[in-house]
Amino acid sequence: MSGGPKLNVRVAEVVKVNDLITRFRFVARDGGLLPAFSGGAHTVVEMDDNGTRRLNPYSLMSDPEDRTGYEISVRRDDAGRGGSLYMHRHVRPGMDMVLSHPVNLFPLDNRARKHLFIAGGIGITPFLAMTRQLARFGGRFELHYATRNPALCAYGDSLKAAHGDRVHLYFDEQGDTLPLADLLSRQPLGTHLYCCGPKGMLNWVRSAAATAGWATHAVHFEEFTAPATGAPFAVTLERSGKTLTVGSTQSLLEAMEAAGVDAPYLCRGGACGQCETDVVRCDGRIDHRDHWLTPEDMATNTKIMPCVSRFEGRTLVIDR
Amino acid sequence: MTKTEFPPSIRSRPVYGELEPRAGIFHLIVADGEGADAVIALFAKAADAASMLAKSHILYTAGPNGTDEWDRIAALGAAQAQKAASVPTLLFRLARVLQDVQMGTQIYLTGTEGLMGQAERDIMALGFPHSDIQKEHRGSTVRRVQCVHCKGVTENVRTDPFQCSHCGLHLFVRDHYSRRLAAFQGVNIDAEDRGQVPPPVERFR
Repeated sequence: MSGGPKLNVRVAEVVKVNDLITRFRFVARDGGLLPAFSGGAHTVVEMDDNGTRRLNPYSLMSDPEDRTGYEISVRRDDAGRGGSLYMHRHVRPGMDMVLSHPVNLFPLDNRARKHLFIAGGIGITPFLAMTRQLARFGGRFELHYATRNPALCAYGDSLKAAHGDRVHLYFDEQGDTLPLADLLSRQPLGTHLYCCGPKGMLNWVRSAAATAGWATHAVHFEEFTAPATGAPFAVTLERSGKTLTVGSTQSLLEAMEAAGVDAPYLCRGGACGQCETDVVRCDGRIDHRDHWLTPEDMATNTKIMPCVSRFEGRTLVIDR
Repeated sequence: MTKTEFPPSIRSRPVYGELEPRAGIFHLIVADGEGADAVIALFAKAADAASMLAKSHILYTAGPNGTDEWDRIAALGAAQAQKAASVPTLLFRLARVLQDVQMGTQIYLTGTEGLMGQAERDIMALGFPHSDIQKEHRGSTVRRVQCVHCKGVTENVRTDPFQCSHCGLHLFVRDHYSRRLAAFQGVNIDAEDRGQVPPPVERFR
């Protein structure tokens, strides 16, 4: 079965953190310990939303040393495809749910002399686990966390309380800007940079790090993004002999799953490469939204990542 | 031309490129012997050599074959240029320099494999990714070899096989390289038939 073995869990706690963010704690239904994970790992949460099966990845934010439960924080996205709304409206303590095993596509590089974390909004979640992990190992880090205002600065107070001066908070509405260029120019050799936040922030940090001459392999991004919506399109699955229509709030991967096709996947966010599929014929334009394929693969339209990418045009035939 | 083309080998054998100027807040350059040619070529390629020199620190020592181009390095006019008496003393100075340099520094290594490998090892140990260190081979191809039996390292190995300078075993020089040790691996050549040692061939000059 695609996606690997599953974890049968029960919702232990649902806590409203602020107007946009709610935290969920899951424990094993059999009362045992959950598999170990490392800071930066995510889990894919399966939801049955009135017959629509949703599988959304969320970063694990709890202490990696605590195997009695996993915690995630979900930001409500009213314009999204519906996964976050489902989590906010329907998930209650006591409910049984299914999670994937943790997968880490955003790990700490433990060879680093120092870790520099840059978070925007809900992008704070992987750093909650990473800072806990480093606090135990005695690793050196600095966290710079930007949000709109103090009310939306989830976990800002607890981070400050736990890590003091190592945590710096910035509030956009108060005109505080994260002093990125300055930060990047005064880090000792061997520092690694990690960024998780909205797309605009990722691009900002990516270009600032390149301008500042930072070593490419010392800069890490949490790349996975929820699949975005788009116009419906048709696709033919050559091996399965099926032709399907991918709905506007559905991903190609979800459409294949709904049609009973067992397609491979792992992160469901365009980062891990597991769902890479060969394109047999393409008369039109593939809207590549992943972070996996090479620019050459994208330009020649020979491969597609069904978890996030879409298509516009006449015919798309894929090898599945 | 002092550049060397190495024949294709196993994946473990390091390959080297050509130094290219890259944008950075600082440029740390480590060279020995004929590596001076690559350093001069590096600045010749820079769009604005004067401003790159003003942000450069060059550490230099003579090559294992005696080539000493220090005068040409000194004449470049880098913000800092220092000549070390040997590779070990250069590495001692490098360790001090590395305490102060910041991310955004570009690192360039050129010259012999022994020097580049040891500088890379020390830089890597701080957490800097080895794949972001530029390296260009110039000059002598003598090797730094670790005896896999006694773990002793012999510098400037010229022949294959050679006799370990620590335990005296006759060692076959492999292309198997350790980035962590900055050394090729030397394996006993007469382990099965004691005394059957082929005559040494000068493979590295």
